[in-house]
Amino acid sequence: MKRVAYYKGCSLEGLAAEYDVSTRALCEAFGIELVEIPDWNCCGSTPAHSYDPMLSAALAGRNLAIAAQHGCELVMTPCPGCLKSLKGALEINGHPEKREAFVELTGMEIDDRIQAVSLLQFIYEQIGVEGVQKSIRRPLTGHVVVPYYGCLLTRPAAAARFDDPENPTSMDLLIQATGATVPDFPYKTECCGATYGVTRNDIVGKLSGRILDMAARLGAEAVAVACPLCQQNLDLRQDQVNSYNKRTFDLCVVYIPQLIGLALGIEPKLLGMDKLFVNPGRLLQDLEG
Amino acid sequence: MKRVNSISIQQTFDADFVRQVEEASEQKVSKCYQCGNCMASCAYTFVYDYPVNQIMRFIQLGQKEIVLNSRSIWLCANCQACTTRCPNDLDVARIMETLRIMSRREETVTEPDIRIFYDEFLRSVKTFGRVFETGLLPVYNIRAGRPFTDMDLAPRVLKKGKLSFLPPRINGRKEIAGIFERAKLRRNRPISECH
Ligand code: SF4
Ligand code: SF4
Repeated sequence: MKRVAYYKGCSLEGLAAEYDVSTRALCEAFGIELVEIPDWNCCGSTPAHSYDPMLSAALAGRNLAIAAQHGCELVMTPCPGCLKSLKGALEINGHPEKREAFVELTGMEIDDRIQAVSLLQFIYEQIGVEGVQKSIRRPLTGHVVVPYYGCLLTRPAAAARFDDPENPTSMDLLIQATGATVPDFPYKTECCGATYGVTRNDIVGKLSGRILDMAARLGAEAVAVACPLCQQNLDLRQDQVNSYNKRTFDLCVVYIPQLIGLALGIEPKLLGMDKLFVNPGRLLQDLEG
Repeated sequence: MKRVNSISIQQTFDADFVRQVEEASEQKVSKCYQCGNCMASCAYTFVYDYPVNQIMRFIQLGQKEIVLNSRSIWLCANCQACTTRCPNDLDVARIMETLRIMSRREETVTEPDIRIFYDEFLRSVKTFGRVFETGLLPVYNIRAGRPFTDMDLAPRVLKKGKLSFLPPRINGRKEIAGIFERAKLRRNRPISECH
């Protein structure tokens, strides 16, 4: 059994609860043991970066140090925002002078061997497209799903070191493995409006609107995502986006482990499908028969 | 978009500012040759007062006041599109981030709502160790003077059972608060050491 430290991050405790549930269900199905980092804390996200990169590194780094204390060398997180902070901490840790400042701030040291990966990278590399393909029980044949990666999963390339920064394909291939049809999605890495849902809702209206529009034009019935913030903007805020654009999009926005989980034959409820705001009904139809 | 009519470079060129930005961001802004790739890639140009390539130019010209008072630096989402496409390998997003940190220090933030939101977010982390989503929004709404922000979403979120009414409270709260206190002390150091 593979063992990996699990850093779920704050979103997965609240608005993205189904991302947590489906990640756990998927890992269980593939015999992967998730060790939730004990007493983990928030990585500080964008607000910490705009205060001082060292604050961000210290907050994120504390979790890495705890993971190492529990004998883990690989830390997996489903949230690309958290991943960015974890990678920031690792970069500072590899830099002798900055490392000193990190230790000063946290009183902790990060083991050099420790690494951080996204859930998407973890699925892609540890389970693999073939591994997924072999385990499909209920293929999603006939369903059209577009892959939406968002900004941070593969960028900046120097930190992400995964897939192509401009035209990533890992999620495309994983969705294809479920049997679903995957059109070329030109907006796969365009920004959804990020954290501006609360402060500048018009920005999310415009940017998420473009993404939903392109997905609809390609005949998609679902958008697959791997980021809690993207998911919130496209799903929870879809009505707001609709009224901003005077449109009537009705696209369900599912997390990648939910989609793969459905194809594996895992019960929709165990994947938190009922927690999505836009009804994923069409995607479930032939699964329930 | 704003227009700058004329600037007297002799009078306003601030060499120290150029040095500070370059040191804190660890980027040589002088390498920018104004190809415009970053601006063309930036999904936020429609809300910026100056497009991101102009910000790079203003830095080269030592225009501290224009740059640190610009709204663009606070509307940048750190999406990395510019960094990915700069032919000179400038980490443009990181330069924008450095400018945000500088404008915070110099108290020139021109997007107060975004700042309030970030401050309240950090306060939540400092207090509980994690973000308390349910508590964050009402406090922001009051402080920003926008009491009805996202009220349309509340009933739906409630119905899905996604709101927790108790703050998360981790055991290491004191440790986290300590990190914040020590980070605050770091602010007495020059920005150029802050990377
Ligand atoms: S892409 Fe790079 S070189 Fe081109 S304008 Fe932007 S910062 Fe300058
Ligand atoms: S990181 Fe900021 S400046 Fe660069 S493209 Fe994204 S929003 Fe624009």
